[in-house]
Amino acid sequence: MNIVVLVKQVPDTGAERTLSEADHTLDRESADPVLDEINERAAEEALTLKETVGADVTVVSMGPDSALDAVRKVLAMGADRGIHISDDRLRGADVVTTARVLAAAVRTVDDVDLVLAGDATTDGQAGAVPAAVADLLRLPPLTHARELTVDAGRVRVERETESGETTLDAPLPALVSVTEKINEPRYPSFKGIMAAKKKPVRTVGLDDLFPDADTAGHLVTRTRVVEAVPRPARAAGIRVTDDGSAGRRLAEYLIAQKLV
Amino acid sequence: MPDVLVLVDHDGERVHKSTYELLRAARRLGDPAAVVVGTPGTAARLRDALARHGARRVYAAESTEADEFLGTPAVDALERAVLDLAAEAASPAAVLVSATTAGTEVAGRLAARLDAGLLIDAVDLDPSGVATQIVFGGSCTVRSQVTHGIPVIALRPGSFEPEEHPVEAAELQLTLPPVDPAASARVTARRAAVAGDRPELTEAAVVVSGGRGVGGADGFKVVEELADALGGAVGASRAAVDAGYYPHRYQVGQTGKSVSPQLYIALGISGAIQHLAGMQTSRTIVAVNKDPEAPVLDLADYGVVGDLFAVAPRLTREVAARRSTG
Ligand SMILES: Cc1cc2nc3c(=O)[nH]c(=O)nc-3n(C[C@H](O)[C@H](O)[C@H](O)COP(=O)(O)OP(=O)(O)OC[C@H]3O[C@@H](n4cnc5c(N)ncnc54)[C@H](O)[C@@H]3O)c2cc1C
Ligand SMILES: Nc1ncnc2c1ncn2[C@@H]1O[C@H](COP(=O)(O)O)[C@@H](O)[C@H]1O
Repeated sequence: MNIVVLVKQVPDTGAERTLSEADHTLDRESADPVLDEINERAAEEALTLKETVGADVTVVSMGPDSALDAVRKVLAMGADRGIHISDDRLRGADVVTTARVLAAAVRTVDDVDLVLAGDATTDGQAGAVPAAVADLLRLPPLTHARELTVDAGRVRVERETESGETTLDAPLPALVSVTEKINEPRYPSFKGIMAAKKKPVRTVGLDDLFPDADTAGHLVTRTRVVEAVPRPARAAGIRVTDDGSAGRRLAEYLIAQKLV
Repeated sequence: MPDVLVLVDHDGERVHKSTYELLRAARRLGDPAAVVVGTPGTAARLRDALARHGARRVYAAESTEADEFLGTPAVDALERAVLDLAAEAASPAAVLVSATTAGTEVAGRLAARLDAGLLIDAVDLDPSGVATQIVFGGSCTVRSQVTHGIPVIALRPGSFEPEEHPVEAAELQLTLPPVDPAASARVTARRAAVAGDRPELTEAAVVVSGGRGVGGADGFKVVEELADALGGAVGASRAAVDAGYYPHRYQVGQTGKSVSPQLYIALGISGAIQHLAGMQTSRTIVAVNKDPEAPVLDLADYGVVGDLFAVAPRLTREVAARRSTG
């Protein structure tokens, strides 16, 4: 089967994140870019399927030059080929543009059976891109999977969200987004890292993906930030060391604050 | 006044509180028009409750298979409602959904179909359509506006206080297209989250969370008892979830739920940046940790250096005693 994995590079979450002064987009230069952790798990699912049922795995990432590192990492884990979508005009792309571009990239891969994605990224935390990609490709969206089974041309998913658990079923081709609980991703081996250097990566831009579009007319975002203000950092308040009375004193504090 | 479409969250019998919040927010922009997606007869059951909260129109987008597919019937219904209104030259001012997991996906799909601007996880909304979002784990407040298409806005549950505003509601039928089974995910089994008597994590006024320091699934009893004494919800850190102490859907933080209650109590949680990302906008933060160096103590309004198994049960008893004496 043919699998496409959508991966995104995000600023390392351990680091502080800021918005650029100029245009209120995420200041990516100031943070260490890494492959989003949940995306490693999407890749792991693809590679597990490659081992169990046989699959050709294409990894797709849209992002600046550095996003090539994210593609290479998944190739080093074992994916077969990569597509890096890079175009200066995509800076600041919103969910709709991101989904359109990713959908167009998926269409360039022949006979796709399964598209895998993370359920949400740790930078934007939108969690809307995979469902939108599926909608644009008219694929069933089996999102927030903590378990995935592919069998006899169908895909089944155990979906877990705040409102409970559901079992989802659909025919292939389909799109599945995975939660961080689905698996433990493998580390690329040294051999894998060396092999990845020779694997084919195609770099494409908007004009390659949308050859018929009016070149000037690419809409990148449909929203505008009118104001961005850092929130004041929280400061420590009262601090007590428990001498046996802290539970009672804490209760008194909560009562005084009218929280009880 | 233009219509503002509101996607109704419901269980077939009752309207969820998050919908009343949407209706209140919608009234800032225009006349709320509630879209009920469900099996036949649902809208009629929900109409009075929706009218009591200001819905001037109730669209019934009903079909026998409406509950059988994930998201698609809701996206189809909203798209149809938008197109119908646009055909009458009465395009809606906005489409509002709850920023739940399912709602966010419906919003994304709808915006993609309509080529419309999308604002996710808004915590406030101006009459001018400017939405406020809290980004980067609570470190930044951003105000944004849709510049293209009909604004599709997902509002974070708990951001608006429901308010009754009784009006007459007209019921209108909205014909759903048949669901294409090759392009939709069928729900074959459903196990609702057993919340018991506890409030929904993202909507609760009080959240008591346990971390690795709770030491095991049994230890979470201490967390639950305090939550119950306070009428709150239970949360957990990722370390506690990963260790199997508590289910994943209760995880608070960057890759879990964002919560913003009046009171957040962290028991045995160190306060990693990814955990803080999901709770640092809480009104009051209390932390109990036996390590005086734990980062969570640096932002707690009330920090206790001590053993949670000593402090929490004592607090539970004090709160319970206070509650029983009035
Ligand atoms: C991409 C990414 C996403 C992440 N997303 C999340 C997320 O969504 N949510 C999340 O929570 N984490 C998340 N994490 C993990 C996060 O970095 C921390 O590892 C995690 O929050 C630690 O959980 P903890 O505080 O329970 O455990 P620990 O850091 O181990 O802290 C346990 C604390 O309990 C205290 N303690 C122990 N025993 C007692 C006792 N008897 N009484 C009182 N105190 C006691 C200890 O002093 C310690 O401070 C994420 C990490 C990454 C890399
Ligand atoms: N720029 C991108 N390139 C490739 N995949 C992406 C991109 N943005 C989002 N995705 C995919 O969509 C998932 C969810 O992203 P989001 O909806 O932005 O939270 C990610 O985990 C990726 O799988």
